[in-house]
Amino acid sequence: MSDTQLKPANQDYEYGWHSEHRYKFKAPPGLTEDLIVDISKRKEEPEWMLEKRLEGFREFMKKPMPTWGGDLSDIDFNEIIYYLQPDYQKNKNQTWDDVPDDLKETFERIGIPEAERKFLAGVSNQFDSESVYSKLKGAWEKKGVLFYDMDTGLKEHPELVQEYFGTLIPASDNKFAALNTAVWSGGSFIYVPPGVKVGLPLQAYFRINAENAGQFERTLIVVDKDAEVHYIEGCTSPSYSTNALHAAVVELIAHEGATLRYTTLQNWYSSVYNLVTKRSKAEKNARVEWIDYNGGSKLTMKYPSVYLVGEGAHAEIVSIATANENQHQDTGGKAIHAAPNTTSKVTAKSISFDGGRTSYRGLIKVYPGMENCKSDIECDALMMGSRAESDTYPYMEIEDDTAQIEHEATVSKIGEEQLFYLMSRGLTEEQAKRMIVHGFLDEFERTLPMEYAVEFNRLVDLQMEGSVG
Amino acid sequence: MSKTTNNGNLLEIKGLTGGVEDAEILRGIDLTVGGGELHAIMGPNGSGKSTLANILMGNPRYHISDGEIYFHGELLNELDPDERARLGLFLAFQYPSEIPGVSMDKFLRDAYNSVKRDSVSVGKFAKMLRKKMDDLEMDESFASRYLNEGFSGGEKKRSEMLQMAVLEPRLAVLDETDSGLDIDALKVVAESVNKLKNPEMGVLVITHYQRILQYLNPDYVYIMLDGRIVEKGGPELAEKLEDKGYDWIREKVGLDE
Repeated sequence: MSDTQLKPANQDYEYGWHSEHRYKFKAPPGLTEDLIVDISKRKEEPEWMLEKRLEGFREFMKKPMPTWGGDLSDIDFNEIIYYLQPDYQKNKNQTWDDVPDDLKETFERIGIPEAERKFLAGVSNQFDSESVYSKLKGAWEKKGVLFYDMDTGLKEHPELVQEYFGTLIPASDNKFAALNTAVWSGGSFIYVPPGVKVGLPLQAYFRINAENAGQFERTLIVVDKDAEVHYIEGCTSPSYSTNALHAAVVELIAHEGATLRYTTLQNWYSSVYNLVTKRSKAEKNARVEWIDYNGGSKLTMKYPSVYLVGEGAHAEIVSIATANENQHQDTGGKAIHAAPNTTSKVTAKSISFDGGRTSYRGLIKVYPGMENCKSDIECDALMMGSRAESDTYPYMEIEDDTAQIEHEATVSKIGEEQLFYLMSRGLTEEQAKRMIVHGFLDEFERTLPMEYAVEFNRLVDLQMEGSVG
Repeated sequence: MSKTTNNGNLLEIKGLTGGVEDAEILRGIDLTVGGGELHAIMGPNGSGKSTLANILMGNPRYHISDGEIYFHGELLNELDPDERARLGLFLAFQYPSEIPGVSMDKFLRDAYNSVKRDSVSVGKFAKMLRKKMDDLEMDESFASRYLNEGFSGGEKKRSEMLQMAVLEPRLAVLDETDSGLDIDALKVVAESVNKLKNPEMGVLVITHYQRILQYLNPDYVYIMLDGRIVEKGGPELAEKLEDKGYDWIREKVGLDE
């Protein structure tokens, strides 16, 4: 396979190529009010959305950079390109065949059409700022399930979007949520009507292609009463030496009795700042699950949260992180018990390879008077190599005496004895390490559909190859 | 490139000295094991028995200071544990490690493929494993449990026996496989060894107590004290130890000065 676009410095990163893509519109670097007005106009948005964007812009300018978490000092907001529009317009009845060849090639290399053909219920792909292909399999469409990229969602169902957009994560929430509100483009919009259980996962794939690009997708998922859906997203980017910024906002609303699982496999290249705000609301007897794997990026700061606002609601947060040399995964989750008899479970597992750093940061909050809430938190960190780092910041704000909180944390190094044991059975050192690492992640792997488990395995193996030597 | 000896012995240890980390423990071991033979090394705690087992398998925490270990004529001194395993050496551990999240069957298949340089399919291996487990009267649920995780002492030792059965080594070293087992578990382990033994395979049993030897019928028994083999004999030597303890041999070799 000849690939002249692959940068030789990044041989370990198999998604490191980029396509020489033509853009219909490429904004100059830097953020101005004029650009925001222009983006909104190009997208033919309703007036209220422009207002939201401008509010986001004002909040962004006002808010200081966070001083906790990871090192953000290298981010230069003036060098980032905030909006890129590929030279291609979607139409409603498209099939995979209608997508232009060079874009198709890009996605074929990521493996999307194969996945789509096989069994996925729907696929949405985002290439830089705009979603280029999105289609929901007919059966779900007939039952009233809506799955669009966010821009199309806004066009087709403005009232639904307006009802929920920014209700969980207002522009004022934090600097990067404000930035996203100002310049968001693409992302997914999903609505599942009452009682509809979408049996197969809905999938989206995000990719940054251009150098210095920012990707600011905005995702909103509303699952109505007693309905059920599983959404999976994957992310990759080319190998550029300059920094890219990914600042997404994801809002999930699970109405009474609804079940919503949101799975992320994040494999951005190691020059990407991945600063994402993810929040959800679980009403009475609803269940929200965040399954979040972060293996790529230079720095990830992401703490998916669940606001348990109705009795009997349950939150499940699984946060998995692997960090190689010069990577920092500052990840975790938050469960906010704002109704009685709510339960949450947080499982965090991280592996830091030599020179990598993982941090668990989590919050469990129980408001006063919210009786009989339960929370289980389990954090396991595995370190490989003498320069591996791992730290834990578990915050608890328990304001009701009836709460039952369990917290367990372990930190372990890959033991010499374990390695010797496996090697004495004929496994090479690399095989033995891989076996220990995959064993550590086994429980998480089981939560993934087959194809994703395979993909996840491959990502972890690639990362290990770079570190085991 | 490796040095070889030209006799047909399975294992030949010559003038071996070495130890663990900073400590020198072995003070000159000479030992030869042939195919089909069962040798037993007995000794009290701290005599160096387990050090010998670890050095034989190549535990990186241990070191060789002098001497040679030949296996099938090939010099083992510098080989990694996995290379030794592929030559047909097996160590049943005194304290087997627990590996969470790795199922027995997956682990055993990978180990089998590596040792046998094979790439046997999941289905074919499952059949083979089932047969080995039947032979050892093990419940099939064992195969899907995580490697040694949460196993009782007896289960861990049976896990070691199953691994030995699957890997079919040319020489098995049993490092205090009998320690901490009740009499029933001990019998199970001994029966497993007897079932797996064959005319080509050598066995080296390292033990503190004589009781497992009642079920194993060793051809040769050695007594190890203070890093040396101080006495050699047949099964009668083990019985003598059972009757008299280790003190008589200490006096005999003058180690109590």
